[in-house]
Parts: sequence; C-alpha cells; structure tokens
Amino acid sequence: MNKQYELNKNLAQMLKGGVIMDVTSAQEALIAQEAGACAVMALERVPADIRKDGGVARASDPKMIKEIQAAVTIPVMAKVRIGHFVEAQILEALEVDYIDESEVLTPADPTYHIDKTLFKVPFVCGAKNLSEALRRISEGASMIRTKGEPGTGDVVEAVKHMRLMTSEIRRVKSLEKSELFHAAKELQVPLHLLEYVHEHGKLPVVNFAAGGVATPADAALMMQLGCDGVFVGSGIFKSGDPRKRAAAIVKAVTHFNDPIILAEVSEDLGEPMVGINVYSVKEEDKMADRGY
Amino acid sequence: MIIGVLAIQGAFFEHMDVLKRLNVQGKLIKKVSDLEVIDGLILPGGESTAMAKQMKENGLFEAITHKINEGCPVMGTCAGLILLSKEISNQPVQTLGVMDIRVKRNAYGRQLDSFSTMASIKKISETPIELVFIRAPYIEEVGDDVEVLCVVDNHIVVAQQNHCLALAFHPELSGIDVIHQYFIDTMIKKESQPHGSVSNP
Repeated sequence: MNKQYELNKNLAQMLKGGVIMDVTSAQEALIAQEAGACAVMALERVPADIRKDGGVARASDPKMIKEIQAAVTIPVMAKVRIGHFVEAQILEALEVDYIDESEVLTPADPTYHIDKTLFKVPFVCGAKNLSEALRRISEGASMIRTKGEPGTGDVVEAVKHMRLMTSEIRRVKSLEKSELFHAAKELQVPLHLLEYVHEHGKLPVVNFAAGGVATPADAALMMQLGCDGVFVGSGIFKSGDPRKRAAAIVKAVTHFNDPIILAEVSEDLGEPMVGINVYSVKEEDKMADRGY
Repeated sequence: MIIGVLAIQGAFFEHMDVLKRLNVQGKLIKKVSDLEVIDGLILPGGESTAMAKQMKENGLFEAITHKINEGCPVMGTCAGLILLSKEISNQPVQTLGVMDIRVKRNAYGRQLDSFSTMASIKKISETPIELVFIRAPYIEEVGDDVEVLCVVDNHIVVAQQNHCLALAFHPELSGIDVIHQYFIDTMIKKESQPHGSVSNP
C-alpha cells in the first residue's frame, strides 16, 4: 500500500480512545469540541431525523461543512452516499479530514461501493461482520466502524455486529494456514487481508463502534467488547442536555473499565434521546442492510 | 523501571507496544493515583483539546505539572508536545507550560497535508529514520536553555529542555524505537543513578 494510505490509517490511530460526534452546525461542533470530542461528523440531519423525515438523504451542503471546519480545531469528517464517488470528490476538494461512506444516507449505487484507493483523503466505512469489513478495506477504507442501527438509540445491533466481528476474527485466527484459501472464498474477501487477521487476531485498521450508542454505559459496553473508540450520532444532540451527556460519554470511553467512574458520569444527565426499539423498525427501513 | 503513558485519549497503546519491545514496563495513566510509581512519563498523540479537558477535570493536569516540575523525565509526541509547551501561537489550548517553547498547532494543515519524511536526529541516531507527521504541530521558537535536536523544512520538530523531550511527529508509528531508547537510556536511567556512578564504556 502507498504512503498516504499509511498516513490515513495513522490518523485513525490518533482518534482511538475517543468519541466522534455528529453535529449539524458550527455551534454544535463547538459544544462537541468543548466536551472533549476527538473529531466531529458534519451532517445536515442526524440519523434520527433522517429516519423520521424519510425521502432521499444526500451529502451535506459544503457551506455548512466549511463553517464547521472554521469553528473547530479537531478533525472534521463528513458523509457521502454509498457508491457516490462525486460527493466524495467534492468532500476531498473541501479538505475534510475523513469521509464516511455511510449507510445513513440513501445509497447512490445498487452494487458498488466507492473505489477509495483513487482518493488521497481517508475513508471510514460501516460493517456488520468481518467479510464486509475486509471488503471495505480492500476498496481502500482506512478505518472501520460497526453499522449498528443508526438513529434508533438502541445499542443492540452495534453489540450484535461487534460480537459477530470479534467471534469471526477469533475463528480465522484459529484456522490452520492452509484453510485460509477456503475461508477467503467463503467470506468473499482478499486472501492477503485474511492472512493479516489470521496472524494478528485483529483488523488491519482501527475499528470504532457506531449506530445506537445513547448513554455513557452504552459507550463503555462497546469499548469493553473491544472497540477502539465510539461514534455517537443522534444520541447527543437529540437528548435533553447535550453538553453534559457529551462530556459524560467522553469520560465513559476513557474510563470504560472503571464502574465507579461510570456510575459518577451516568448521574443526572437529563432525558436521553427517545429511541426506537430496533425490532420494531420495518425491514425496508433498516439502514444496516444497505451496502454490499 | 516503570514508564507511565497518559491514557486519556489517543495512540497510547502504540507507545505501550514500543515499551514492551524494549523490555520496559509501561503503565496506563488515567487518574492521579496512577502517577505514584512511575519513573518517566510519555504524553502520546491524539487530540490535545480532548486530553486537556479531562485532565483539568480530574486533577491530572496539576498532578502531572507538579511531577514534571519535580524532575520526572517526560516525552511528548504531537499532541504531547502541545501539552508540554508554554505557548500556542494560533489556537487557545490549555497546556502544562513546562517547556519554554512556542508551538503552532495543526501547523501543516489538515489530513491531506499529513506526511512522512526521512531525517537523522544527530544526538539520537546518525542513521536517518522515518518521521511521521499527522496533522502535526511544529515549534516556532525556543527559549535559551532549550536544545533544538531536529529541524525539518526550516521548522523545529524535536527539542529538549533538561528532562523534557518534545517531538512533533510520531516515533511510536515508525517501528524504529531509537527515540524511546534514547529517552530511557539518557533521560530516565541517568536521573535514577546516583552522582558519580555513571560508567565509562
């Protein structure tokens, strides 16, 4: 792989142990930064509103992204539709620090993800399992996150995806080397990436949790399940006291193994986002099933 | 010997991995009580705003400042360099202020301007090593008793003031451990040895 790809994986390493927060304005971005976010995700509507409003969700107005870039000093990420490489070209021209090719937006291509190897800017992509993660990495993603079920405030799918991924990684690790050829065929992934997983027992890139994290306990749960950090979408600015909740989730990620601190930071946070139980979401409305 | 690695946010496990390769015990530092037993401290890369915020709130900010002022050897990389500095010229960030250096934050620009280059840091290693700069800062100005150890493209990227070492890049990412080795051998071992016992090879 080329040097830029290494640098892009390196930036993801600097985000580890941190919280990346969805923000829809410069003002929210500042609140996120002051609360201790390690990066912000600039988008026009948080997933909960996209879910509510319906219709087609697209990449954000460059004006809003530029305002957020001007407001904060931490890295600024932004989303493009799955397969929409021109939206990605536009975000690269804006010099965002990371592009999220995201199932939260309406997919623009029914078959293909973006060929991310053609870009200099780094990409993060969602994955439900090991095979999706390795396919995204083979397309050039330098960071992976679980898909979860965005905009629900229900952590169950993120847990499912993370557990599945780690259990698949354990299985690959336990295989004999000669069994990897068949496993690569089964999983529909490139052999060299599977060999990396076999040898190191982890993905070759940083892996965050996303999709349904709403409380400090949710964030710590994902960290204890083995994530490197956490994305929080609707969970912060759809809650009663975003400033306080944001700071609490940041602390919960740092001290994810310390129940006494987790108890302290969970206290008196005001109303969480209302939330929708994932199992009541209609199949066609599930975002996690977008992507290939 | 135990070396603490600040573990609020960022690439602290990468530093722990280097220490492991060098057969030195590392210890993650998340709260004040973690500082008690350490002989040296590493401030890793990450987001300095995110680290400073939590350190301010849980008392680590004052405790680490005190520890360094008492003589505890410290190495800061990227965000860690920012935390060590006395002054940030372009952005308001809370810093420990223990090194007499003025720093420009995100000095090279955004991620698209991140880069790596080969350079030799004469005092540490004659052989050129890879220096990885990620949304990096650089040092604009140093005080009288600060030693400049490396300059890349006319910008100071390594400086040492007594027991404090600041690096604008990420030695924990290159797989070459000479800088950590230097920190351990010349800044920690020397500190812990009584006067007159330094052996001549």
